[in-house]
Amino acid sequence: MSTKPTNVEEIKKELIAKMPTKVARKRAKSILPGTEVGEPIPEIQSNVRTIPGVITQRGCTYAGCKGVVLGPSRDIVNLTHGPIGCGFYSWLTRRNQTDAGPDGENFIPYAFSTDMTEHDIVFGGEKKLRAAIQEAYDNFHPKAISIFSTCPVGLIGDDIHAVARTMQEELGITIFANSCEGYKGVSQSAGHHIANNQIMKHVIGTKDVEVEGKFKVNMLGEYNIGGDAFEIERILEKCGFTLVATFSGNSTVEDFRKAHAADLNTVMCHRSLNYVAEMMETKYGIPWIKVNFIGAEASAKSLRRMAAYFEDQELIDRTEAVIAEELEKVKTVVDEIKPRTDGKTAMLFVGGSRAHHYQELFKELGMKILGAGYEFAHRDDYEGRHVLPTIKIDADSRNIEELEIHPDPERFKPRKTEEELARLNEKGLDFKGYEGMIGGMGKDAMVIDDINHYETEKLLEIYKPDIFCAGIKEKYIVQKMGIPLKQLHNYDMGGPYAGFNGAINWYRDIDRMVNTKVWNLIKAPWQTDGPELEATYVA
Amino acid sequence: MALLRHTTGEIKERKALTVNPAKTCQPVGAMYAALGVKGCFPHSHGSQGCCAYHRSALTRHYKEPVVAGTSSFTEGSSVFGGQSNLITAIDNIFTLYDPEVIAIHTTCLSETIGDDLMQISQKAKDDGKVPAGKHIVYASTPSYVGTHVTGYANMVKGILKGFVKKTGTPNGKINIIPGFCEPSDMAEIRRLADMMGIDITMVPDTNGVLNGPMTGHYEMYPNAGATPAEIAGMGDAKATIGLGRWATADGVNFLDAEFKVPGHVMGLPIGLKATDRYVDLLRKLSGKTVPDAINFERGQVVDLLSDYSQYFYGKKVAMAGDPDQVLALVEFCITLGMIPAYTVTGTAGKYFDERMAELLKDVPYDCKFKCGGEADMYLLHQWIKNDPVDLLIGNTYLKYVARDEDIPLVRHGFPILDRVGHQYFPSVGYSGAMRLMEKFLEALLDRLDRDAPETRFELQL
Ligand code: SF4
Ligand code: SF4
Repeated sequence: MSTKPTNVEEIKKELIAKMPTKVARKRAKSILPGTEVGEPIPEIQSNVRTIPGVITQRGCTYAGCKGVVLGPSRDIVNLTHGPIGCGFYSWLTRRNQTDAGPDGENFIPYAFSTDMTEHDIVFGGEKKLRAAIQEAYDNFHPKAISIFSTCPVGLIGDDIHAVARTMQEELGITIFANSCEGYKGVSQSAGHHIANNQIMKHVIGTKDVEVEGKFKVNMLGEYNIGGDAFEIERILEKCGFTLVATFSGNSTVEDFRKAHAADLNTVMCHRSLNYVAEMMETKYGIPWIKVNFIGAEASAKSLRRMAAYFEDQELIDRTEAVIAEELEKVKTVVDEIKPRTDGKTAMLFVGGSRAHHYQELFKELGMKILGAGYEFAHRDDYEGRHVLPTIKIDADSRNIEELEIHPDPERFKPRKTEEELARLNEKGLDFKGYEGMIGGMGKDAMVIDDINHYETEKLLEIYKPDIFCAGIKEKYIVQKMGIPLKQLHNYDMGGPYAGFNGAINWYRDIDRMVNTKVWNLIKAPWQTDGPELEATYVA
Repeated sequence: MALLRHTTGEIKERKALTVNPAKTCQPVGAMYAALGVKGCFPHSHGSQGCCAYHRSALTRHYKEPVVAGTSSFTEGSSVFGGQSNLITAIDNIFTLYDPEVIAIHTTCLSETIGDDLMQISQKAKDDGKVPAGKHIVYASTPSYVGTHVTGYANMVKGILKGFVKKTGTPNGKINIIPGFCEPSDMAEIRRLADMMGIDITMVPDTNGVLNGPMTGHYEMYPNAGATPAEIAGMGDAKATIGLGRWATADGVNFLDAEFKVPGHVMGLPIGLKATDRYVDLLRKLSGKTVPDAINFERGQVVDLLSDYSQYFYGKKVAMAGDPDQVLALVEFCITLGMIPAYTVTGTAGKYFDERMAELLKDVPYDCKFKCGGEADMYLLHQWIKNDPVDLLIGNTYLKYVARDEDIPLVRHGFPILDRVGHQYFPSVGYSGAMRLMEKFLEALLDRLDRDAPETRFELQL
């Protein structure tokens, strides 16, 4: 190893030194120092193609569409059209917890696939898909079936949308298809967009019912990993909000259908679901705000903002009471644990929002973030939404349908007047706002988009953080180096980490991980430094 | 309420829909096989999603680092072919990760396009992208043909094709191609040969790669696995043994046809009889006597069996898994006096039906079995709904059935996500047979204890 570099620019040089010239040139644009609050934010390259041969954290469009967004809906039969693998790997591997509720419908533990064979590839798979839908209907009688195409399907040109349409007519249930072939985009992100478009086109707003409750909200971009959504539901209910639909942790097609009845959309994962928020605002007049329920303080802040939106004193008071009560529990645990975690260091390279959200939790433990980055984010997730108009549309993004959304002639109903919005805005409620990750990271932190294995290994050698957060593919690589890894895609059987109880779970897990004795056991007594022979006599 | 609440005993014929598959796709097997070569970097030629999934699946199962490259196809490469992506990838991999070998496999996508790995690899060499002394091997692994087991077999053959030579000077060794099994199984297969004093070459050998130690350092290429030089020598060997028809026959036949190394394909040595056959073949091929130490271990298995057969006898078992694995397990269960009532494997093959019929011919029960397309865990569950069993054997996904039907589960096969041990302790050989018996017994006796009325709750066996 070379002598240790000390500042971000030097470290960046070290990271790209051994790369082939073209690779180095490309990677250089995705590596930046963070900035201090209020300082200008530099441009970062993101949402660009992965470099062939470079070990990547990323998955595919299908994974974003089926695995992330639609997968956690419990009463939809999610049918993968393709060879067996894609469907197999997205089967129960993301820990989307589910409570089937009184109606009892829950297809989450099932993997459905058309299991295409050579014959289907050569002669086309539409017939098999049609038959599979029929068989799914005969065996399971679901309310809805959603179809996902995989790479080979795109190539042979099966018209999955036509099949969906005819089968919908024949069976009289909702059936829609997603053209989410893995090669379509540069990462999972393309799949999120495709799923959102289809949910918007085929499900949201298809049922007009009165939803009871005074303060009706939707939660967008919350997938109930490790039970996060359950904790958020608990808190919202306690404060007096009515949750109409969650997209899409433990969700149902019925909830999606009536989601347009909500008066406020709240967005957790900005990357995956900001599209739905935008489209629903245009179509139904529902404003949206970014929230974050990861971190006790962040949760409190999000609740206050939600309450402020409804401008109801009773709701505001009740929310404050809940926050006070919950924070007290949290404080006891922080007081106990913080002395053991204070000053320790962490790095997070994960997802398309989590690398930002989880910084709050680390800060609450007094831990310092040395570096962070996203796996499949766009520039707005780093730099803030104000850069949206300046993002160039490249060939890979042009692949994905951009829906033209207009106000719904019957259902468009602005929830607030322009003046009301402006007034709330003045009070600090920034609608459609997201400031992104970079601002506030600090100049000595590293921001790296789409970090690869090579850079990860180098960073770990240089920084030796006390904990590293990424996914399962990275986990044991990092741990072999004697550094604990916390999975943030599926939490390693832990969680929930959202909300107040979640924060407490997190503190305890991180305390255990950074203070466990195991890392001190790596060397045997005879491997540690010291005299070769000791002349002491051991009885 | 039941977890798989929508599963009923009403079995409707299915021709198109697979529900809860007892198999997965080719490349994951190819990636696993490649990891059993020392200094080898697996590369997935296709879009990056497959590679991410395969790495995740192997990582979850082994709880060890699994790295691999991907050609990261986008729409353009899907239309115009992946040659330039692959050549760039080869260049980047040798520069950044410095492996001895890159083992390339295809995915559904690159296969459907028709990318020719032989031609592209040659071009990479011609363009100077392959440093002197380094290698590329490859296998075609379309997932719409066969399963992860086929992918393993194809990559094994690809590795042999890439390295094996014949010098004309016999080296007196025996080649062993283990089927798709655990690193611990590969170690046990080798240990038995070592005990007999037989010099073997084993390909692939993932022992030490996917059950490695914690050292404080990450080694992309652990000091384990078959070396390219050893593999090259396989053409000069005395004989080849393939353990598992689906996973090894192609490789065995290749060595036979190309290098005139006589091949013997047998089952995985799971259970008493299969291990006997393995040891006996080693004896015949090498001309060595079986040492007392092996007879001792074998005697222990028989002892255990005679002591506890009362708890095995007549117990009904349902299992799902790879054909090489389940055939061996079915035979072992029958040896123990159990009834393999229901068996499914997602990997098709005529031999499966034949062998099952042969194994079951004296079993006093109308056992059901099925392989291929709709031979999935959903069907297995439906069979169980209609007539329950005492024990389940299969991968982690069967735990849902186990809980719903309140039947003990012994985890075996791929993938095991929620338990450890499989990487470290064998289920092949005599020691493996003892471990399996221990696991079966634990499951059955725990159940007995749990269900026993007060009057019949016993302290001892
Ligand atoms: S596309 Fe083919 S190779 Fe890739 S995960 Fe799906 S089945 Fe496996
Ligand atoms: S085949 Fe395509 S859709 Fe399936 S896992 Fe691979 S990249 Fe994703």
